[in-house]
Amino acid sequence: MKPMRKLSTRLALVLLVVAALIAGPAAAQSLNVDIVGGLKTATPIAVVPFAQAGGAPLPTDVADVIRNDFNRSGKFRSLAKSEIVETPSKGADINFATWRLLKQDYITVGRISDAGGGMLRVEYELWDVNKQQSLLAQAFTAPAGDLRGVAHQIADAIYEKITGVRGAFWTRIAYITAVGLGNNTTYSLIVADSDGYNPQVVARSRESLLSPSWSPDGRKIAYVSFESGNSAIYVQDITTGSRQLVSARAKGINGAPNFSPDGSKLALALSYQGNPEIYVMDLGSRQETRLTTNLAIDTEPRWTPDGQSIIFTSDRSGRPQLYQMPATGGSADRITFQGQFNANASISYDGKQIAMVQGNGNVYRIAIMDRSLGGQLRFISPGPIDETPSFAPNASMLLYAASEGRRGVLYAVSADGLVRQRLVLADGDVREPAWGPYRQR
Amino acid sequence: MNKTVRVALVALLCVGAAACSKKQEVKPQPAPEQAPVTAPVQTEHKYTPADLDTDACLRQRVVYFDFDKDEIKPEFQQILACHAKYLQDRPTAQIRLEGNADERGTREYNLGLGERRGNAVSSALQSNGGSASQLNVISYGKEKPVCREHNEDCWSKNRRVEIVYTAK
Repeated sequence: MKPMRKLSTRLALVLLVVAALIAGPAAAQSLNVDIVGGLKTATPIAVVPFAQAGGAPLPTDVADVIRNDFNRSGKFRSLAKSEIVETPSKGADINFATWRLLKQDYITVGRISDAGGGMLRVEYELWDVNKQQSLLAQAFTAPAGDLRGVAHQIADAIYEKITGVRGAFWTRIAYITAVGLGNNTTYSLIVADSDGYNPQVVARSRESLLSPSWSPDGRKIAYVSFESGNSAIYVQDITTGSRQLVSARAKGINGAPNFSPDGSKLALALSYQGNPEIYVMDLGSRQETRLTTNLAIDTEPRWTPDGQSIIFTSDRSGRPQLYQMPATGGSADRITFQGQFNANASISYDGKQIAMVQGNGNVYRIAIMDRSLGGQLRFISPGPIDETPSFAPNASMLLYAASEGRRGVLYAVSADGLVRQRLVLADGDVREPAWGPYRQR
Repeated sequence: MNKTVRVALVALLCVGAAACSKKQEVKPQPAPEQAPVTAPVQTEHKYTPADLDTDACLRQRVVYFDFDKDEIKPEFQQILACHAKYLQDRPTAQIRLEGNADERGTREYNLGLGERRGNAVSSALQSNGGSASQLNVISYGKEKPVCREHNEDCWSKNRRVEIVYTAK
């Protein structure tokens, strides 16, 4: 019995490797998914495979994409494909008794047909199983190449209908990869879908890239590159690839760019005057305003969503802690008091939650401080070398970077910390995730 | 920038800003003016570029640091005295000081920490006779580790400033 099982596991592995080889570089670049935790109280939902009326086989299983989005969120538990015993494609065909027996609260059915001109028509319906009531019915027209995007938009609509919170599956993420060793390392700034699919290289460098920050319209990314020897800050247009050098002081650090909520300014950390200080640069006039003045390291500035304040990391009290000051400068107030090391804030869209890297001893984990609960902290990652938290635009999930062996990996984690999914690049080191804003429809 | 200038600057800022009474906690300074080195350097001999490859002291080009610290440990004073003398003997020589940190802590904070270590070495070289115009500090933070294990042995190798001669 046992050797047989081993053999079949091995065979499956071999098949997987072969499949990866056949699929080529695009597949090798995409991220594997792996849910490490689970939540029994999540809402059960069945997403029935979408019916296809003729035509060539489609590149995307729309229902699969939706199911994975739901499972990753921690809010939903979608019925495994193998347990879906009936495949209705219209509300009228749903046999509700079946889905009640399977203990499903909701069911999604859909169908895909040829819309002519190389376009597909994707229709879906969301039903309440117990009330036998239609909750949503929508149609999309899109090319086959954009079926994943359509699936994410369907997941967003269903998520919002049931939870009352806007979905953030149809968003993009940015991250940095390092492939190769020593002087042969290639660094890439990559933009991908929120589930890690469709990775696209935005910038490549033989030297380190770090600190990507999205513009609020999702069109540009500011980042730090060492390609010219010293650190320098660039702002790059994702679609055209054109980029601008924003700060390249020969002396000291040009680091930690962060777009203001209106997109007109960048907060930065520059050390040409001696040690890292926070500056704000107006992107139109390129005028810099210095906001901090002391002998400590002041870095990692983040605008609050109202644009009124900047939260940043400073070791002015000895070790790094988070501080808040007016975005026009002025005195800074310390806002973290628990833990030896608190740095690299990510602020939720409503300003109520601040995620950070908290270090105690040799363990660095992601913590979220809830300001409405008097600064109470909760940990959402196990450590020991976790960093770079980044909130989804609806604050329901975060991305962060962790270390596994000698390589970096990314995790998506629900904001309650109960569901974590690893996003692993097939080759090399992944780090510095940044979750992009909502996309414009 | 030497210590006196820095202290003067802080004092000036404190005169200007009313709010700095409590918050302007002066950071522990890098300790360049510590005990003048136990004179290892042959004062008679003037260094030449050939010595960079042959002199046992000059061949040592890495200064290591404690966790989250930028103080130069006594065991590195001698090396720095040699390199400072080289800079004095060879006014056209140029050094790039590459500051590095271990993996603990965030990338941007570690850029700051690496720079602080580079500045500490720069100050030490200057107080031993090197000139500021011969020294250039760059920080790589934790971007260029020499060791990738997650333990103190490895971390201690990464917390370093590398002395790189860009002109001999």
